[in-house]
Amino acid sequence: MPTVVFLLQTECPGLAKDVRDTEVDISGPESKNPNQDFVSTNQLSIKSHTHRVLNWLVEPKSWSGLLLSGPVMAASGEMFLNSCLTVLTNVCLSWQTFDKILIANRGEIACRVMKTCKKMGIKTVAVHSDVDSSAVHVKMADEAVCVGPAPTNKSYLNMDAIMKAIKQTGAQAVHPGYGFLSENKEFARRLAAEGVTFIGPDTHAIQAMGDKIESKLIAKKAKVNTIPGFDGVVKDAEEAVRIAGEIGYPVMIKASAGGGGKGMRIAWNDEETREGFRFSSQEAASSFGDDRLLIEKFIDNPRHIEIQVLADKHGNALWLNERECSIQRRNQKVVEEAPSTFLDPETRQAMGEQAVSLAKAVQYSSAGTVEFLVDSRKNFYFLEMNTRLQVEHPITECITGLDLVQEMIRVASGYTLRHKQADIPINGWAIESRVYAEDPYKSFGLPSIGRLSQYQEPVNLLQVRVDSGIQEGSDISIYYDPMISKLVTYGSTRAEALQRMVEALDSYVIQGVTHNIPLLREVITHPRFISGDISTKFLQEVYPEGFKGHQLSDSERRELVATAASVFVVAQIRSQRFLGNLRVSSSQQERRRWELSVELEKGVHAVTVSHSGSVDLDGKRMDVSSEWNLASALLPVTINGTQRTVQCLSRNAAGEIELQYFGTSVAEGQEICVIEAMKMQNSMTASKTAKVKSVHCKAGDTVGEGDLLVELE
Amino acid sequence: MAAFTVARSGGRFLRGLYAFKGLGTGRYGPAVSAVRSVTQQQMRSYCAGHLSVQERIEKKRRAALVGGGQKRIDAQHQRGKLTARERIELLLDPDSFVEYDMFVEHRCSDFGMEADHNKYPGDSVVTGQGRINERLVYVFSQDFTVFGGSLSGAHAQKICKIMDQAMLVGAPVIGLNDSGGARIQEGVESLAGYADIFLRNVTASGVIPQISLIMGPCAGGAVYSPALTDFTFMVKDTSYLFITGPDVVKSVTNEDVTQEELGGAKTHTAVSGVAHRAFENDIDALLNLRDFFNFLPLSNQDAAPVMECHDPSDRLVPGLDTVVPLESTKAYDMLDIIHGIVDEREFFEIMPSYAKNIVVGFARMNGRTVGIVGNQPKVASGCLDINSSVKGARFVRFCDAFNIPIITFVDVPGFLPGTAQEYGGIIRHGAKLLFAFAEATVPKITIITRKAYGGAYDVMSSKHLRGDVNYAWPSAEVAVMGAKGAVQIIFRGKENQAEAEAEYVEKFANPFPAAVRGFVDDIIRPSATRKRICRDLEVLASKKQTNPWKKHANIPL
Repeated sequence: MPTVVFLLQTECPGLAKDVRDTEVDISGPESKNPNQDFVSTNQLSIKSHTHRVLNWLVEPKSWSGLLLSGPVMAASGEMFLNSCLTVLTNVCLSWQTFDKILIANRGEIACRVMKTCKKMGIKTVAVHSDVDSSAVHVKMADEAVCVGPAPTNKSYLNMDAIMKAIKQTGAQAVHPGYGFLSENKEFARRLAAEGVTFIGPDTHAIQAMGDKIESKLIAKKAKVNTIPGFDGVVKDAEEAVRIAGEIGYPVMIKASAGGGGKGMRIAWNDEETREGFRFSSQEAASSFGDDRLLIEKFIDNPRHIEIQVLADKHGNALWLNERECSIQRRNQKVVEEAPSTFLDPETRQAMGEQAVSLAKAVQYSSAGTVEFLVDSRKNFYFLEMNTRLQVEHPITECITGLDLVQEMIRVASGYTLRHKQADIPINGWAIESRVYAEDPYKSFGLPSIGRLSQYQEPVNLLQVRVDSGIQEGSDISIYYDPMISKLVTYGSTRAEALQRMVEALDSYVIQGVTHNIPLLREVITHPRFISGDISTKFLQEVYPEGFKGHQLSDSERRELVATAASVFVVAQIRSQRFLGNLRVSSSQQERRRWELSVELEKGVHAVTVSHSGSVDLDGKRMDVSSEWNLASALLPVTINGTQRTVQCLSRNAAGEIELQYFGTSVAEGQEICVIEAMKMQNSMTASKTAKVKSVHCKAGDTVGEGDLLVELE
Repeated sequence: MAAFTVARSGGRFLRGLYAFKGLGTGRYGPAVSAVRSVTQQQMRSYCAGHLSVQERIEKKRRAALVGGGQKRIDAQHQRGKLTARERIELLLDPDSFVEYDMFVEHRCSDFGMEADHNKYPGDSVVTGQGRINERLVYVFSQDFTVFGGSLSGAHAQKICKIMDQAMLVGAPVIGLNDSGGARIQEGVESLAGYADIFLRNVTASGVIPQISLIMGPCAGGAVYSPALTDFTFMVKDTSYLFITGPDVVKSVTNEDVTQEELGGAKTHTAVSGVAHRAFENDIDALLNLRDFFNFLPLSNQDAAPVMECHDPSDRLVPGLDTVVPLESTKAYDMLDIIHGIVDEREFFEIMPSYAKNIVVGFARMNGRTVGIVGNQPKVASGCLDINSSVKGARFVRFCDAFNIPIITFVDVPGFLPGTAQEYGGIIRHGAKLLFAFAEATVPKITIITRKAYGGAYDVMSSKHLRGDVNYAWPSAEVAVMGAKGAVQIIFRGKENQAEAEAEYVEKFANPFPAAVRGFVDDIIRPSATRKRICRDLEVLASKKQTNPWKKHANIPL
């Protein structure tokens, strides 16, 4: 076993010149039993006397030599790496940025930021609403402050309370995450006034890019391609119709202040324009307190591709490649990947350079995202710039190896970027699925609420990353975004990443709320998606009638029937296993064969299951084997040599077994009432034609699940 | 998601209502024709006499198997009901049923009953023993196709025979009831038969588990046999239990009521509390009964069964750390706690639709059967009232009688106040639950999840009633009453009520007052509850405790 040497590269262009390469010598592995966890801090000696070690890099060759020496070594090797990492970051990095950061957010992004803070040795402060007081992000933080009751405008958007929390805890910087106050210039201004660092761009950039109209003007000036259309404030519905007429249908109407798909509607005629105006302005007012709107040409069949940029306060900026976010429903992203299958290196570079020039034009610092629409001929148009960390940033981290939050913190504390554009790689492929508590059979996802009675993330799989801020027992409430987690898989090729995603989705146990895993799984296994033939209209085009769930093929049906029959038999056998009971019949012969009748949906199948696991289904033999742990929700089964992961949702004495593998279920419908839930306006639809008999709610009421809203005759 | 139904023993039972058509001709056909060919050769030796006995045996058996005949079997199927024998076949392990008294016939000679066509071998009930998951059980199944399943002297005698045997060997008795009532032609003999059964029900009570599954009508005196057994289950839409039917009700009280309203499954599971649970149909009921049977010991001499368990006994349940809401007035579902803690989330709830402010039922912890009692904060804040006390008391007594450890989850704000409760005798009925917990000598583990106020705290398997292990969650509040009420009494007429309330909350609305006195053994993290209970059950498995000798206690009935 060779001595492993870690080279600590300590470059810091904007700072002291005495910084030089630091060598950390780790000796020991060869002198010790390789099976034990052989690293302790005293084996690390930092040879250099330099006091600013800003970065470390593992010398890859020596590292892989270590990993190659078998699984035991790999396991302890990983521990080894982690402990080195912690030691190094703690020793070398903790004191150079901030001592304490307050994270003005909740859920997965708060947890995500805290992870990096912990890695960097920075203390964390969580803020939370009263209903969130036992949330994961609160438990994870070093300190937590309650900033108000559940509604977001009284807690997570409550600047006074958050400012108070900052003072109270002495936090030196604030990471806003995404949403909430992340693109709020007033918040950034107030922080600056108090001398607290806002981990994000400065007020000027937020303001310039936060306004859709101003951002376009700046973009034009910076020679960024922009969408043909009308830039201006829209006063009323009739003006909206007139503008739309000038641009020509279809047009897109959205809130000037909002990011993402919030408040964005597409209109194909005058009537829809009026309706779109009404919805968007209301939503803009309720979400952002700013009802200005923007109308522009809607590009048919577009792809949504965005460029991650990273800039420092010294005028340097980088582009960290693209993210393809075309799979959307109601203009909200569902599945993202990096890189895009569509871009060639030239287009990528052109887009990257335009994105960087825009960032430079607004003196941008921190991480940001420039969104483009790309048409079928690879023409791209600037859409907007998000002046914050994006939800889907993990896929960029996967392919570039950068920790964006760490970079944001570094940049915010005044360091220059430590990479050159040429250092930014595209290594492999990463895919992100947004797992939501939603019913995917209704408009591709209507929020559902409830308590996660069972919850198990597929983190035991390799190259799977799950960013979440919930755990078993957490409530998905009406107050906040219904996102459960971001499931990210990585592979050296796209096919590999996709395969991992299928496995991860199959192994993801979520019970207690309706979730969109059936939809996600259908999307990533759809031939069009696999071939990369996607656009923002993917879902509407592939499921014009709405998502109906997976349609089982005959062979899948057979697999499921065989699995169900086997589960039943295993449960039967087990129900005779009494321990230490002497009064069980000893004379009876063990049963070797079960003749069953399995009803799946409407079809009835005659199945014979033998004691050894072979299943005879309608006259054909199948082999089903598994460890059959009936206490676990996950059932990894091998059917005729093929590995499948099936989940057993429920099983009862009467032989009813509910398995999850593919989705099945139906829904159809006229808009009769609008419920606002989780900051999104959702239409409730009638499943059949009927007269409205009575309405049981008023506008502005908060309604709960199961409440009677409208009665139909 | 895909939903399946898997039925036992092939397609026959899934669509099983018509399964047994043609039985008898098929199975016994060849034998019968062989016998015929022999007689045709006119052999007149002593063999002939022997053969004719043989033939008579076969004939009787055949007759017994078809009960009241194919027409009545079809009628039974048309009502959505299985026949007596089909039910037994579904309930018991395949080929395990051993029938007794197949040749018994009724002895009535009045009203033309003595005629051959009015005699059915085995009469209107099928009795015997068999196995459920290889464990012995005695069964009787009333045959509605024979005189409407009515109870004759012979019918009663058959039932009594298996009950006596069950008592001798110590094995449970399951009755599948489907009977129109007494055999009127037999008069007092039929009544005597009922009484014989009642007496055995009572003697067997607490010795062997007795279960009744009502699968058709059960009226008049007949209802008292199920009422005396430990558990009464019903089948929805096809079973009825009442003392007098709708016609008599109309003539006496002038009430118009349907059979279903008067004594259907819904009435008895939700309103009267007579039945412990109802199932969708015969098949569902019988398969569930098999499942249920696995929870029970065979007799009071046997320990509660322990089954192979895949669920780790030291599994942490993170969901429990957040299950109790922060505001002590907010409700939550006790079933969330129970499902989280027990093996494989499997909980067989008893009386799920009656007195829902208390939850009782069976589950397993590390494979071992336990009885679970929990206040249900979701319904009436989980307070104790007349119905919930009685429901809980009967369940606790069953567990105690049959060596099943009791785990109690406490979140009780007290007894329900009001004239309705006082006039109804809440004192007398509430005392039953107190009595039952105090008297029980099986392992008793108690977890106070939140409120444990007033007398109700004492009642709910408290340390003072010989609770073996009593835990409190950090959210527990053990006090005489809630802060508001307490402050109004302690500081009556004084100002600064809010301040006093805060002081009271600080002092009493937490587990410490009970913990410092040793009234709870430990304050535990909710997520570790399963682990702790499993460990304690292991320790308590050898618990031995007896009450002083007495003829029987005098529970406040």
